[in-house]
Amino acid sequence: MLNYTTKRALIAILTLLAASLVVFAMLEIVPGDPARLMLGMNATEDAVHNLQEQMGLNQPLAIRYFSWLGGLLTGDLGRSYTYSVPVFDLIMERVAVSLPLAAISLALSTLIALPVGIFAASKRGKFSDTLAMGVTQVGVAIPNFWFALLLVYLFAVTLRLVPAGGFPGWGAGFGVSLKSLILPSIALALPQAAILARVTRSALLEVLGEDYIRTARAKGLSKRQVLYRHALRNALIPVLTILGLQFGFLLAGTIIIENVFYLPGLGRLVFQAITQRDLIVVEGVVMLLIATLILVNLLVDLSYAIVDPRLRGRS
Amino acid sequence: MKSWKLAIAGVAISLVMSSASYAAKTDLVLGIVLEPPHLDPTAGAAAAIDEIVYANIFEGLTRIGAKGNVLPALAESWAQSEDGKLYTFKLRKDVKFHDGTSFDAGDVKFSLDRARGDKSTNAQKGLFSAIDTVDVVDPLTVKVALKQPSGDFLYNMGWGDAVIVAPESAGTNKDKPVGTGPFEFDSWAKGSQIVIAKNAGYWGKPALLDKATFRVIPDPAAATAALLAGDVQAFPVFPSYETIPQFQADPRFKVVIGTTEGETVLGMNNKKPPFDNQKVRQAIAHAIDRKSLIDGAMFGFGTPIGSFFPPHHPAYIDLTAETAYDPEFAKKLLAEAGHPDGFKTTLKLPPPTYARRGGEIIAAELREIGIEAEIIPVEWAQWLDQVFKNKDYDMTIVSHTEPNDLNIFSRDDYYFNYDSPAFKDLIKQIDATSDGVERTGLYQQAQKLLTKDVPAAFLFQLPKTGIWDAKIEGLWENGPIQANDLTAVKWLD
Repeated sequence: MLNYTTKRALIAILTLLAASLVVFAMLEIVPGDPARLMLGMNATEDAVHNLQEQMGLNQPLAIRYFSWLGGLLTGDLGRSYTYSVPVFDLIMERVAVSLPLAAISLALSTLIALPVGIFAASKRGKFSDTLAMGVTQVGVAIPNFWFALLLVYLFAVTLRLVPAGGFPGWGAGFGVSLKSLILPSIALALPQAAILARVTRSALLEVLGEDYIRTARAKGLSKRQVLYRHALRNALIPVLTILGLQFGFLLAGTIIIENVFYLPGLGRLVFQAITQRDLIVVEGVVMLLIATLILVNLLVDLSYAIVDPRLRGRS
Repeated sequence: MKSWKLAIAGVAISLVMSSASYAAKTDLVLGIVLEPPHLDPTAGAAAAIDEIVYANIFEGLTRIGAKGNVLPALAESWAQSEDGKLYTFKLRKDVKFHDGTSFDAGDVKFSLDRARGDKSTNAQKGLFSAIDTVDVVDPLTVKVALKQPSGDFLYNMGWGDAVIVAPESAGTNKDKPVGTGPFEFDSWAKGSQIVIAKNAGYWGKPALLDKATFRVIPDPAAATAALLAGDVQAFPVFPSYETIPQFQADPRFKVVIGTTEGETVLGMNNKKPPFDNQKVRQAIAHAIDRKSLIDGAMFGFGTPIGSFFPPHHPAYIDLTAETAYDPEFAKKLLAEAGHPDGFKTTLKLPPPTYARRGGEIIAAELREIGIEAEIIPVEWAQWLDQVFKNKDYDMTIVSHTEPNDLNIFSRDDYYFNYDSPAFKDLIKQIDATSDGVERTGLYQQAQKLLTKDVPAAFLFQLPKTGIWDAKIEGLWENGPIQANDLTAVKWLD
């Protein structure tokens, strides 16, 4: 087990290192000078040059890479070119929005998807199964930003129950902050739930066709007992895999939803940083996301072992 | 169990109530499309900076009023010497910066010297190029000597880039701006909103609002929803032209379409064949139907222009008829220029809607006269790098939003690659002339010269599409300079 963990950790570190090189190199190739972008069309050449010097952009590539990498190791992600505040603080402010949003959406989508998926599988071929799968098919097909707009027009513009968007900041109070995350998390959760429900159903159906299920039924267990005690547990592996992938998506891939609800999340930070050529911020966020994904994958792997005892001995 | 349900119901009701209650009448939430990178107007070109701090937080010697006129600000009066080369500014008494330090002539000298110095990162350093020396006479008097007379000097000192900052706070203005204005900086939740609050110790007429919040809403659909839901009560520059009619029909809102300093042009690379041929450029200008362009790309909002001059300016002349839409004439001009069958070229388009949508319409219109323009969308950073700096382009569409920027066509090495000694001479004369009538005459000559030479095809003036709650008064109708001057804004009851 120890051997296995060390190996995993080593691979993780190497992946991070390779990623840092790729990220840094890719962003260097992208045309556009942050200093010129900041000073605009009327700027004189010497003013642009002065700003480049202030930003440290005139140092050689290799020096900048290694000083950035050195900073990463000590937890210092550098200072944003445009905001001129530490990148770490900037990211943490956004994580305070994105992480709760991702967590609520994930919880919501799981709470909806598992019962629907199990229900549909247990009623296989019946009308209720067809109906549930039809609804989830629509859920998969509907673009979440469009669904989000519908939610805004109904609950914010017409009923005025919740704000149309924005995030007051946790400092403004837990209630109002949570309230501003309600619509975005629903908009994010439903399409995810639709996918997850379909995966749950098909995984369950596959397991339900196995021989040992027949054996379990034959030894006198009720349909219910078979479903929950024997089938569900085995069907959870693909469900967990999808959940892991979805968490990564929810953390970083929510830029469209963040735009619709003008939430100051990670996705918008990256997008804004890319258009403003605030490369050091882009690099910081991308590294954070890669690290998070590696961690989530690790957790998913470990959770396989919890669900399926056979996997525990395999290390 | 029952009390638990009751508690839930109570929370739900209070949530509903809190969102339904209206904002107090002394605060205002304004929507802005772009978040400023920082809040120091002396170190960045982003309009978003000035849209928050200009006239609210920072003030200069002079300031630009709602009609584009020069008004006294921190200088209460000034005198000009006989030869026009020496300005003596009399400063206001008892002015304090928001951090409590007092304002005097030393701050003026510091600010101007900093902006024009060797280490300057001022985005408009050119505004200060006429200054020779700045001298402190006494704490309330400053003498500014110019290298040559400059008719634009007082106007230039009214730009956001020329505001007066204190040496104590100049280094930290990006994050915590400290000025002398009627509002002071309160807080900035990055990516979300910036709050400014009334400055109780203001030297002049106090602000009527206690608090103003600028909320960042980049998405046009979200901007529409935010206004409709009452989350923001004013959008000084509303980004979604297609939903404006909806607001015009709604009595809760006031829709004010004003003008800006943004001349939108189809820029051409004047040194690159075939655009080095004046007839080709003229042909292109005649091939564009400004009306269908404004209708198609701007939903009808925008004023056609025939030269590079804002229609609200007193010296403006309407020259659109000189390059009227006439594809047959355009074809004839092309044939005369030696391209009877047209040619292939490229059109690089930056991200704004006016450019991307406008570019498609113009490309279609050019196809009518035989010119195949391949559309290449670029980001701003790429645009600045490829088109603006390296002049690696054939045609592009961009709006020049700086005020008083007719002189860009006289700059050497500017991206148009337009080089006209006659035009340069006119700009020199304008700059050296203070007399109003004479200046008007020169401005009109310059406009006519550009219409004739067509260094760029002149398309339309960007509109300022303001939408706000019908009970708000005092917001600017036009955008003579990039600003949201809130000093006179109030709620009617």
